[in-house]
Amino acid sequence: MTEAQQHIDGTDDLEAFRDRVRTWLAAEAPRQGWLREESRSAAAARPQTHDVAGFERYLERARSCQHALFDAGFAGITWPKEYGGQGLSNREQVVFNEESQAYDLPLIPFTIGLGMCGPTVLAVGTDAQKRRHATPMLTGEEIWCQMFSEPGAGSDVAGLQMRAERANDQWRINGQKVWTSGAHYSRFGMLLARTSPDLPKHRGLTMFIVDMQTPGIQIRPLRQMNGASGFNEVFFDDVLIPAENVLGEVDDGWRTSLVTLMNERVAIGAGRQSGETPTAQSLVELAEHRGISHDSALRDAVAEVYIQERVLSLLSHRINGSILQGKAPGPEGSVAKLVATALARRAAALGAELAGPAAQAWSPTDPAGDHWAAVMLMAPGLSIAGGTDEIMRNIIGERVLGLPKEPSATKR
Amino acid sequence: VNLIPTEDHEAFRRSVRAFVEAKAPPTEVRRLIDDPTGYDDATWRQMSDQLALPGLAVTTELGGDGSGWTEVALVMEELGRALLPSPYLSTAVIATAVLLESSADAESAELLSLIASGKTTIAVAVGQPTADDSGVTLVAQHSPTGWTIDGDINFVIGGAQADVLLVPATSPDGPLFFRIEATADGVHRTPLTTLDLTRRQARIELRAAPAQPVGDSESASRALARGFDLTATAIAAEQLGGAAKCLEAAVAYAGMRQQFGRAIGSFQAVKHMCADMLIDVESVRSTVAYAAWVADNEPASLPVAASLAKACASDAFNRVSASNIQIHGGIGFTWEHDAHLYYRRARSTALLFGDSHWHRERLAHSLGMG
Repeated sequence: MTEAQQHIDGTDDLEAFRDRVRTWLAAEAPRQGWLREESRSAAAARPQTHDVAGFERYLERARSCQHALFDAGFAGITWPKEYGGQGLSNREQVVFNEESQAYDLPLIPFTIGLGMCGPTVLAVGTDAQKRRHATPMLTGEEIWCQMFSEPGAGSDVAGLQMRAERANDQWRINGQKVWTSGAHYSRFGMLLARTSPDLPKHRGLTMFIVDMQTPGIQIRPLRQMNGASGFNEVFFDDVLIPAENVLGEVDDGWRTSLVTLMNERVAIGAGRQSGETPTAQSLVELAEHRGISHDSALRDAVAEVYIQERVLSLLSHRINGSILQGKAPGPEGSVAKLVATALARRAAALGAELAGPAAQAWSPTDPAGDHWAAVMLMAPGLSIAGGTDEIMRNIIGERVLGLPKEPSATKR
Repeated sequence: VNLIPTEDHEAFRRSVRAFVEAKAPPTEVRRLIDDPTGYDDATWRQMSDQLALPGLAVTTELGGDGSGWTEVALVMEELGRALLPSPYLSTAVIATAVLLESSADAESAELLSLIASGKTTIAVAVGQPTADDSGVTLVAQHSPTGWTIDGDINFVIGGAQADVLLVPATSPDGPLFFRIEATADGVHRTPLTTLDLTRRQARIELRAAPAQPVGDSESASRALARGFDLTATAIAAEQLGGAAKCLEAAVAYAGMRQQFGRAIGSFQAVKHMCADMLIDVESVRSTVAYAAWVADNEPASLPVAASLAKACASDAFNRVSASNIQIHGGIGFTWEHDAHLYYRRARSTALLFGDSHWHRERLAHSLGMG
């Protein structure tokens, strides 16, 4: 490649950026406890609301990590400079993701705000909304949640019933949301509610920015099947929201939500192996430890996990490679999430099989005794959150392969 | 690791695809199934004269194109899409991979030049691997009049059609590769009846067949190992092409075929099957791109990368070619429909050069499972 070409496509700048990220992480990670081994031993670092003190400590670590990223110029890499971001492209974001993958940055509480809410505010918000909200999101000061799902509207989000009625220069909100991750520690939320019940279901929705401390909002944690409480029910009882908190246009909330969901699928399905999915290497060690690594059926099963793990990482590599070359990722971008969920289920099941009876009962004094149980109990959730495996297959079938939609029983 | 095809690769792919689609429409593939040779010699010559495909991986000093295995994998993918029968796998992949390990040797150099010229086809009489041996079953003996080889070997791809046989055999000096003229005395070639109708195989029986050594025992050991891995990689690329073609056919049919008043592809049971086929195809595409890149850039990682690609591609092509039949329903089970040709190719290639269990066992070993 000639120098002139490098200048045009910014290869030099990108490598300089990579160096900067690498140097900074290498210096900060040991000091801040972001190395992988450290956080693994502190497995309690996973946010669990029933351990209130432990969870507060985790949130504190998370906020300080996000703030450090902000101070170092690595928060909001693709967000405009005028709203506190770095004004760079997806290519720098990919570089940052690649470099930070070796570390365990405690950033889970910001996934929804920075991955979905922020991009939506930036895409359709008013200048005042962007000025008010973007920077506190980037510094970690204000955490956001997303309130779309309802008891009667899961995969069929547009079927939601939460009502928003105009009351002078405010909106009055009544109804219930569910599966709201992080609502209990969020300062703001993005809410989808029905403003025009007489319009076809996709056309009568509006997106709102909600201050989670507004009177009339009640948050009740839901206990997940694995015992943790990451998500909540959120009840709205005559909650008043100022008119300027409409995000996008009134009755145009469906289009706004598509911006969010698109970002959600990018954020969740970018080909990363879930941190809770056991690696093939850990399965090898377990088999060796238990003295069963000569068993040919188990060897075959471990190798299959290894294959899927490499496939996922190669898919991710292809996605990142396309972005780095300024191209849109092809079909590989759509299949990564399903590969990841299948891998998670397979690896969790095999891990438990290799661990044997110890995966199902352990001494209460063994701090790591519940490891395989925790892994097994987490796996089913990955195939539901962020678009079920079935909805993902619909999306692949319809948007990637161009197959016809299922005729709808309700008006669209 | 770079897995994104360059503009040059895409342009090359377009020209190969245009050629293959022009030369091997389904009617031509059907004709060649019943042809005594099993491939069209004029097409093979054009593959050489117009596109220089046989010598793609042969160095330029020997008259080849000096490209890499990434380009070879790309050709295999395109040939696999169309099921175009040709000596490409036996000559341009297996024989070339073996001979490149001893290219300093005059005999090897001559054979590589002949491959690049497109004038000679070569079959490598290598056995299929079993759990604990390399597949070398033939025995070479030295006498004052030269080397001779005895033994029988099955499943030799292109063995009955090739001009020259390249044969690995055990000798007092260790394993060696030998050149045997296909028409020499003591060479008996019996075409096998094959599950895959679009690729010929033979049983070869050698009775004191006169043989000329090619390279030395060191190059032979390297050739057996690397030749096997490059072949497995190339077959995985071919499986990718076949699987991608099956996916296209299934999606086209699911979008067109009407039942219960709507396209069957609008039913989730069918749509999700198509989505799973895409997941398989993109997974295989990832491992094949990686293995081909490794073959050119990181030789020490080739055994793992080849096993990754071959295991993934064999299982995926088996599933995808079966789903293609299922989506086509009754018509997909007929002789006239091409779906079974891909299913046959899938089931056949899955068992050649290490089935997926064999490759997973090798991966388990490489992961440190004792």
